[in-house]
Amino acid sequence: MSDEVVVKLNVNGRDHKVLVEPRKLLSDVLREDLHLTGTHVGCEHGACGACTVMVDGAAVRACLLFAVQVDGSKVVTVEGVTPTDGTLNPFQQAMQDCHGLQCGFCTPGFVVSMTSYLDDNPNPTDDDLKIALSGNLCRCTGYRGIINAARTAAGLPVPANAADGSDH
Amino acid sequence: MASTISAGRYVGQAVKRLEDPRLLSGHGRYVDDVQLPGMLHVAFVRSNVARGTIVSIDTSAALALPGVRAIYTGADLNPRVGMFWHTMMGPPPELGGQTPYAPLTPLAGGDVRFVGDPIVLIIAENRYIAEDAADLVEVEIDVQQAIVGWETAIDTDQRVHPGTTTNVGQEFPLPEGPEVDALFAGAPHVFTRRFSQCRATNVPMEPRGIIVHYDQYVGDLQIWAATQSVSEWKATSSRLTGVPEHRVKVVANDVGGGFGQKMMMTRDEAAVVMAAHLFGEAPIKWTEDRRESLMAANQGREEIIDVTFAVTDEGVLLGAKVFFWEDIGAYPASAGSTAGMAGAVFPGPYKFPVVLPGGSSVYTNTVGKAAYRGPWMMETVAREQMMDHIAYELGIDPIEIRRRNVIHADDLPYTTCTTMVYESVTPSETLEQALEMLDVAAFRTMQADARAEGRLLGLGVAIYIEPSAVAFGILSSDQAIMRMDNSGKVIVAMSTGNHGQSLETTIPQIVAEHLGCNIEDVLLVQGNTESSPTGPGTGGSRSAVVAGGAAMTAALKMKDKIVQIAAHMLEASPDDMEVTAGVVSVKGTPAKALPFAMIAPIAYQMPEMLPPGMEMGLEVTARFQPAGQYTWSNATHVCTVEIDPETGMTKILRYIVSEDCGRMVNPMVVEGQIAGGVVQGIGGVLFENMIYDEDGNPLATTFLDYLIPTAPEVPDIEVGHIVTLAPGQTGFKGMGEGGAIAAPPCLANAIHDALRHLGVHPTAFPLGPSQLLTMMNEAKQA
Ligand code: FES
Ligand code: FES
Repeated sequence: MSDEVVVKLNVNGRDHKVLVEPRKLLSDVLREDLHLTGTHVGCEHGACGACTVMVDGAAVRACLLFAVQVDGSKVVTVEGVTPTDGTLNPFQQAMQDCHGLQCGFCTPGFVVSMTSYLDDNPNPTDDDLKIALSGNLCRCTGYRGIINAARTAAGLPVPANAADGSDH
Repeated sequence: MASTISAGRYVGQAVKRLEDPRLLSGHGRYVDDVQLPGMLHVAFVRSNVARGTIVSIDTSAALALPGVRAIYTGADLNPRVGMFWHTMMGPPPELGGQTPYAPLTPLAGGDVRFVGDPIVLIIAENRYIAEDAADLVEVEIDVQQAIVGWETAIDTDQRVHPGTTTNVGQEFPLPEGPEVDALFAGAPHVFTRRFSQCRATNVPMEPRGIIVHYDQYVGDLQIWAATQSVSEWKATSSRLTGVPEHRVKVVANDVGGGFGQKMMMTRDEAAVVMAAHLFGEAPIKWTEDRRESLMAANQGREEIIDVTFAVTDEGVLLGAKVFFWEDIGAYPASAGSTAGMAGAVFPGPYKFPVVLPGGSSVYTNTVGKAAYRGPWMMETVAREQMMDHIAYELGIDPIEIRRRNVIHADDLPYTTCTTMVYESVTPSETLEQALEMLDVAAFRTMQADARAEGRLLGLGVAIYIEPSAVAFGILSSDQAIMRMDNSGKVIVAMSTGNHGQSLETTIPQIVAEHLGCNIEDVLLVQGNTESSPTGPGTGGSRSAVVAGGAAMTAALKMKDKIVQIAAHMLEASPDDMEVTAGVVSVKGTPAKALPFAMIAPIAYQMPEMLPPGMEMGLEVTARFQPAGQYTWSNATHVCTVEIDPETGMTKILRYIVSEDCGRMVNPMVVEGQIAGGVVQGIGGVLFENMIYDEDGNPLATTFLDYLIPTAPEVPDIEVGHIVTLAPGQTGFKGMGEGGAIAAPPCLANAIHDALRHLGVHPTAFPLGPSQLLTMMNEAKQA
């Protein structure tokens, strides 16, 4: 077993120092050591996108990184892209409005990747959005609500034939 | 289409989900999110061969690893098992039941029966150490030739379960006799086909997971689990360990999908329960990784269906024989054949004079069969493809042949030849609505124009009638335990679980509607055996019907009591009261009114102000049993595709569903369930294929090999609604599984239509690019 090392991370604006084995995955450090369990692990082999977080501004898969590799970095998780005043960010709100989630397990990955994507690409086409969504797997929704949420957040039209959430 | 039933204040409205803010912000609570003081972690050593005798297990090096706390083999855990069977399935024959079970043991005993079979369970301080230890365990196996494929399993004299006399789990023979022979001999046309679907798996995005702590001083077995049914797991764990059932506590908070896979406790989870019971010292957690999930979590769908249809020259159905072969792997949830159910619902939307079903479930050295969204759906897969095959044989349009056989409104109530009774279904109406949404004539023109350019377009249709909320055994009822607290807010506890069905929103919608309060004043408590009633949990398209029925009944009872108290205080007759937005008032005299917040404290604190003889408090329970054994919903799916002749890739151009699930609680949720099911069905035809080699090695154990649909591959799914009320007081019909039932044959029929002029007549899934190219090439050479 390898010796533990100190890793310094700024996560969601707060500085942390953790003592972990060099082989410990960033996803596990976030979930176990920092108790930020919004970052989900759906495959641990880089395919499902549930573990997506932002490291120094870029969306990455936390299951494919060791925490030591991002020593000194700024990490933003799903908890960090959520406004602190109890509201939701525009993509999160569109996800609720368009029924973009059912079990919610894939959801943090979609929220982080699309929040990051829409920040970088404010004017995507419909096809761009679908390609941007293709790195995340969802088994519940059939993507219908997720695609419509992405369209809504990007200001693109949503097909008329969809019962959206009314205000209650 | 406009519904004929007006929506209420809540029921019928696309209310935004109350559970979403926590899930969207990363504050859900799935089982792996739970960390307990002193918690230890579990890893399994699994078999890497499909069949063989265990010669030796050496755990000494693993035990010596710092951080390893205990290691158990089958010899440690299996003899401690009391009983291992599922409440929903009933006990096995040796305990007086009728359900055939595989010989279930938590860990492998003297031999291994599939790749992934759990052999050793390790408890360590963290998962990294547990997995290191797993690598240090030496298991020597005397390998034997695996039994792979149902035909092999039937032919061989070798047994998947040593010591048994057959590899058949259960068999229903096809009815035979001179009348049957005469029926088919006398028919103008008899057609026979064999349809098959490849193995697919449920793939909840959250794999299985469980935490178990046996506190020997308290005597409680506490479990947190990713399960669809906490009641089921409580009972199963009690039977396994012998801990009395009232001392077993099961909690399922958020669960990341199940689709049937998390309904019944499987061997791996049972091993964790047994290990925790033996170990005692601390809670232990097992979180399945994706490779384990794809290799060792139960799977669905591997089925072969032999169908014979007798028809007239006009394509009118005269009768059918259908035999279902199921590969159930080594350790299915139940070894029983699904043919009983599949045969009973086989007539579906058509007026079959006779249907003769049979079936056989066959053990193989592969992962066991799970219930997967519409576990009997092979009947629709076979029937709906067969309708097209017959239509083409007879030169009739597939839409027209359906019109000639489909059940119409004026046929109702209709009793099928398999004795199923439909009172309120709309197969004909959904067919017409879906076709209208498509504009068939316009598509046919486009198809002909495209074909002239060598492009391959096709149209597929599938109709089905879904036996939702199947009511037998523990599934027959559900209960709502409702209480209004001192401040007028309502808590309703149910046996249901949250793994995506939106019940945290839809149950409060029903309660608020029928009690007459605001939705934010209602909370659903579920997934906790200490507060929830005994019941079957969520699955089988049942929650809207049965749980919804219980919630509605309880709300009406609660309303009745509140109205009586208010009427007594306002010196009015209960019949003159109305309830809106949490206020009880005298009709026409809004000034004479009392809010729930004033009525509730009277019920709890001021007995002298209650009507004479009324019991104090505001607690009601209601146990609801649906009117029939099945609550039938129905839908028609229509899709159009274009197939690339160069690559064999299928692109879905349009996908349309017209459905009737009765009175909708929340149309947004209904459409979400449909879309999710349809895309799983599309995956099962175009992408997903859980294959084994001849030695029983699974060849798709990562998401790079087992492909589920992604966003660019799915069409916009268009949904039309027709609303006819279910018989009984609530009007709700279940619909959670239907999307996954009709989508496979609908898509297969569209592919068939696109390719039939080339001589391609598909009958087997998958229909991915390589399969289509192969069929096109073979047809060209023929
Ligand atoms: S868990 Fe990281 S990509 Fe799936
Ligand atoms: S909402 Fe369940 S996996 Fe996406």
